[in-house]
Amino acid sequence: MLDFARIRADCPLLAQQENGHRLVYLDNAATTQKPQAVLDAIVEYYRTTNANVHRGAYSLAIRATEAYEAARETVAAFVNAWSPEGVVFTRGTTEAINLVAGSYGRATLAAGDSVVVTGMDHHSNLVPWQILCQEKGATLRMVDITEDGRIDLSDFGRALERRPKIVAFPYVSNALGTVNPAAQIAKLAHAVGAVVVVDGAQSTPHVKVDLQALDCDFYALSGHKMLGPMGSGALVAKPDLLDAMPPYHGGGEMISRVWDDHSTYNKIPHKFEAGTPNVEGAVGLAAAIGYLERIGLDRIAEHEQALAATAIERLTQIEGVTVYGPGPRAGSHRAGVVSFTYGDIHPHDIATILDQDGICIRAGHHCTQPLMRRLNVAATARASFYVYNGPDDVDALAGALVKAGALFGYVPA
Amino acid sequence: MDTSRPEPQLSALYQELILDHYRRPRNKGTLEDATHSVSLNNPLCGDEIDLQLRVDHDVIKEVRFVGRGCSISQASASMMTQLLKERTVPQAIALAERMSAMMQGDDAAARDKALGDLRALAGVSKFPVRIKCALLPWNALTDAMKAGRG
Repeated sequence: MLDFARIRADCPLLAQQENGHRLVYLDNAATTQKPQAVLDAIVEYYRTTNANVHRGAYSLAIRATEAYEAARETVAAFVNAWSPEGVVFTRGTTEAINLVAGSYGRATLAAGDSVVVTGMDHHSNLVPWQILCQEKGATLRMVDITEDGRIDLSDFGRALERRPKIVAFPYVSNALGTVNPAAQIAKLAHAVGAVVVVDGAQSTPHVKVDLQALDCDFYALSGHKMLGPMGSGALVAKPDLLDAMPPYHGGGEMISRVWDDHSTYNKIPHKFEAGTPNVEGAVGLAAAIGYLERIGLDRIAEHEQALAATAIERLTQIEGVTVYGPGPRAGSHRAGVVSFTYGDIHPHDIATILDQDGICIRAGHHCTQPLMRRLNVAATARASFYVYNGPDDVDALAGALVKAGALFGYVPA
Repeated sequence: MDTSRPEPQLSALYQELILDHYRRPRNKGTLEDATHSVSLNNPLCGDEIDLQLRVDHDVIKEVRFVGRGCSISQASASMMTQLLKERTVPQAIALAERMSAMMQGDDAAARDKALGDLRALAGVSKFPVRIKCALLPWNALTDAMKAGRG
């Protein structure tokens, strides 16, 4: 059993009151709250280590560079990357995917090629591919999802018949909580020669990620969704692929030699890290990873699955509530995200009513408008759990939903 | 501990009249002979409205809307359409300004009988993030009126 109460006590923000109630934070798929250990690591970096990295010849700058590169090694080990050179620090998942589309995609895609995405991709793993395909005259193929919110593998098989150059999908759906069979999908895509891009924004915080076993080609993650600071994240790639790619942003740090009219470029990963990087973010992210590893990713996944299963059971007992995505007995196929609607009460009205009880949920399209169309809803309400949530939070959610129902004339069963 | 007593505010926000307009919207549909059509959405929350008007010699003769969204945006649209028939364009714009004042917490506007059923939405001013919901149809109206005179 995971000691969620101790973890909650570790996060200063969660001690706050909201509208006169204990803050019940259930919007973890959007961002997570930070333990004191992460806040301390950031402050400590600025108090003792701050200097520009990879430049200074003095001891302080060397210590800053060491801290930054140690963070890279921490990220690499955390997801079992191919090597630390394959870890490019980015602002987050969105920038990481844009880097792949803007560099690898732009260099390899030609008119008539196809790129495959899924009907459950976040806009950040969709719009960069739309932009790329429009620029290249390539086709973007969106794979259907099944009724219970999984990638439709038979439609995926049909999409592969065109021998796409790139296949992109989310490991875990931010809107439905579906844990996709990533290794299986990567294998199928590789069999037709596609390069595989995995959106890891929702998987890295919640399930044990082993990239060498998963065998994708590119993997994007965000630090702020896993107890780390905003503006931290990484693209993790197979080093040979990364090495062959043209630069993404030009500037300092990414060069080797610069002449009047051309330049040669630095080695990976530095070739993709133009300008002064977010060292504070990298250091904070490494501290967050240390914190998560002390809890244990397997226990985190188990804890969230249990909370999600309880929440689904409690919510579906309320007449009029519909929960989307894999059912309560999906086990490890479902992470701690519970998307739902309640009769004709609009999700924004639900969010406003829950907020009065100090409960933070997300209401809207969750940056997945194509998915919302497939589910035939304009929006859903979404509760998403993390390490500091407990059964008391599920109780608060269910109780406040009954209140919302009463305001809209629904009678509790 | 519980100093704010939220329930009275919530009850004020979700009055029966608002839920009635949300569930039985007035003037819902489209116009064949519309002179003004505007579509607006709120990309943050996905609320949508398509507003159509038939204006004849500066007087609004017919108004219809199609929308998807929360109770506040849809009730506001329904209540708005009730008020617009046989109003002149300047009168409609003046109503939009009155509505906006009520959303800013103007008590006199909240008591103004000219706003009709819309006065039930006065409680929205206590929920700043929801004000844009209530004003979405009014912004569509203002856009339509401006486009018409341009």
